[in-house]
Amino acid sequence: MLELNSVNAGYGKARILNQLSLTVERGKVVALLGRNGAGKSTTMKTVIGLLPVTSGQVTFQGEDITRYPCHRTAQLGMGYVPEDRRVFPDLTVDENLEVGRQPPRDARPPWTPAQLFELFPNLLERRHNQGKQLSGGEQQMLTIARTLMGNPQLILLDEPSEGLAPRIVEQMADTIIKLKESGMTILLSEQNLHFARLVADQAYVIEKGSVRFSGSITELDSKPEVLATYLAV
Amino acid sequence: MTAGFIFAQFLTGLSSASSLFLVASGLSLIFGVTRIVNFAHGSFYMLGAYLAYHLIEWLPTGILPFWGSVICAALIVGVVGVIVEVVILRRIYHAPELFQLVATFGIVLVMQDAIFALFGGEDKFGSRAPGLNGVVRIFDEPIPQYDLALIALGPVVLISVWLLLNKTRWGTLVRAATQDRDMVAALGVNQAWLFTSVFFLGSALAGLGGAVQVPRESINLLMDLSIIAEAFVVVVIGGMGSIVGAFLAAVLIGELNAFGILIMPQITIVLAFLVMAVVLIVRPWGLLGKPDAIQHAGDQIDMPLREASLPGKLVGLLVIAALVAVPYVLDDFGIVLATDIIIFALFAASLHFLMGNSGMVSFGHAAYFALGAYASALVFRHLGGSMELALLIGPIAAVVGALVFGWFCVRLSGVYLAMLTLAAAQIIWSITYSWGDVTGGDDGMLGIWPSEWARSKPVFYYLTLVLCGGGVLILRKITHAPFGYVLRGGRDSSVRTESIGIHLLRHRHFGFAVAGLFAGIAGSIYVFSKGSIFPDEAAIPRSIDGLVMVLLGGVHTLAGPLVGAGVFRLLEDWISRLDFWRAILGTIIIVLVVVAPQGIAGFFHTLAIRFGLAKGRESL
Repeated sequence: MLELNSVNAGYGKARILNQLSLTVERGKVVALLGRNGAGKSTTMKTVIGLLPVTSGQVTFQGEDITRYPCHRTAQLGMGYVPEDRRVFPDLTVDENLEVGRQPPRDARPPWTPAQLFELFPNLLERRHNQGKQLSGGEQQMLTIARTLMGNPQLILLDEPSEGLAPRIVEQMADTIIKLKESGMTILLSEQNLHFARLVADQAYVIEKGSVRFSGSITELDSKPEVLATYLAV
Repeated sequence: MTAGFIFAQFLTGLSSASSLFLVASGLSLIFGVTRIVNFAHGSFYMLGAYLAYHLIEWLPTGILPFWGSVICAALIVGVVGVIVEVVILRRIYHAPELFQLVATFGIVLVMQDAIFALFGGEDKFGSRAPGLNGVVRIFDEPIPQYDLALIALGPVVLISVWLLLNKTRWGTLVRAATQDRDMVAALGVNQAWLFTSVFFLGSALAGLGGAVQVPRESINLLMDLSIIAEAFVVVVIGGMGSIVGAFLAAVLIGELNAFGILIMPQITIVLAFLVMAVVLIVRPWGLLGKPDAIQHAGDQIDMPLREASLPGKLVGLLVIAALVAVPYVLDDFGIVLATDIIIFALFAASLHFLMGNSGMVSFGHAAYFALGAYASALVFRHLGGSMELALLIGPIAAVVGALVFGWFCVRLSGVYLAMLTLAAAQIIWSITYSWGDVTGGDDGMLGIWPSEWARSKPVFYYLTLVLCGGGVLILRKITHAPFGYVLRGGRDSSVRTESIGIHLLRHRHFGFAVAGLFAGIAGSIYVFSKGSIFPDEAAIPRSIDGLVMVLLGGVHTLAGPLVGAGVFRLLEDWISRLDFWRAILGTIIIVLVVVAPQGIAGFFHTLAIRFGLAKGRESL
């Protein structure tokens, strides 16, 4: 569904991604693992189109999206949940969802706020509150819900467990599993290996913007040297 | 003053507040979404007035044709706004504020000449609005019916825009985009059309504001800059991006003008700016504004400044040698032009020190140029005609002015700082313009000539070269001194700079004063080179000249201001003899911003790096 082919990218002259290649298959949850500064968030931003690709190719559903502006990639059915949450602080929960609303892209029925409030019950009672009045966990849920309003076929989840209370992290894992069961494809970046084990089918370990390991989660667990070198576990 | 008179004055204030609100709300809306400080907004207002005037004259008299003309004028201005956005502004959304501002000022120049060419230069007086040409007696005071209609129009537009922003999907997207543009794009919204539609609405509101003034005021080619200064004040007091804030601020300023005119008829604008300064000190983001969430400094990563290399120093020596040789090579006319260029090189260098090095973008640097110039002129006139004393006192006056205004300005950052510096310059301008007994007002001060020994053109040239050229060198030294490092650190990250124990505010204040000092030196010399001084030296266009010079030379190179001043003065000297020189200059500015955003010196420097002739940024 998503393919990165020898992608180089970065900020200005600083090159962060170095010949990065990875594949995400339809219906799978793929974890992108690595330390702080390994290039996880940069990968996410480059895929959605917030950062330009210097060289290499990105294809999504068979379409070359390497040079697409961000909104066009999103309209093709890619959702992006940034690591720093970025809810619209002055907009209410309802309005935040409205900004995310896009027409459905396939035969599946589109997401409605009512369904999303079922998935994230906490948001229901806060629907008239502004984004900045929500707790960290609620903001994280809102960003995911907001992205789902766009009826994406692939979601980029940048560090979904970061800075959340353990109870909320479990809730987040449940949500991701539910989404996966509904047929959603997900690429998530994580530093929390435990969380990745809960939800992911496959893993890529990256360091300095290049892939150092790829395979299933079980394979990763059988390679302590990879875990030790690149994840410091 | 009877109660009835006071009430009538109150209503007059409200009716002028309405038009001001229309213009300011459009400006605020556009800034909120695009982050562009649009100088051309005043031109849209002026265009609206001209279009409405001619449509009203052309159509038969009647209520329907009148209001039809007003609405048509607003819509046409909206379309012009869209064209400007699509053709020019869309290309510079990611450019630094300075570039955007200068580009919109280029649009102001082009629009002035376009309106002059289309509609002629003479003042026009519109007829009264049909159906509303009578007066109503309230407390025995006659109130024009049209004023009452305008008083109603303000809230109607306020409510309409508010509903549009808060109750429609379009409005939700616009509000989301004011908070986080990239996130809106990542959710699949095409910002391009969003920005264009906001520009349409904002420009149409400015056009409407101009159109409804036709029955009240004379229509002339000065409307653009006079309204834009007031609209800036309103937007800043209300809070950038807040429509309700703009309304409150428009009423405040409208009333201030209505009553201020009874107490101090000449300087109501000073009053308005004083109110703005007070509001910004108490609430740095305006009455209803919010802290700016987006940091702009990170848009362009700046390379560290380096001391000039050996070849760089050799080039510098060559330039100095060439400057010393000028009187032997050029005729009198050439010497005068060279004197001018050196003066403006110091002016531009001082502005560059403030902006490029310290990150404080000033829209009103002419204030300190003019302060130096006027102080010198006054000393010369009243203290026995001594040029030497005048050259000493002028810069001191500029420093004092910079210390006073700077105390307010350095507490703010970004656009708010820029607006307050503009306000400071407008205060100086209105004092020089209005205080005729002392400054000569519009007639200026004449006969300020150099002392006997410095009267020949070559000698005066060398005097200028020593004082202004020396000033440029000292500024360079300061830039490379620890003080300069602190200011650059503060420019790139105020938090980090303060966390290592530096009192940044004090350094910025001092930096502001240094910039003021050197602008003042340039101003003092300037008076004696011209023999006269006029309020124009403190006006907005002079401040913009400085910005254009810095921009021409490139913000990020130390050689920039010198190159910029030279190119600008030569260009001005050449094209000011042509018809439509404003349009030509404006076009050049716009093209430059769009095509070569690093400026001329920056452009060649990038070339040099590309060909391996230079490493990083060297301060040639």
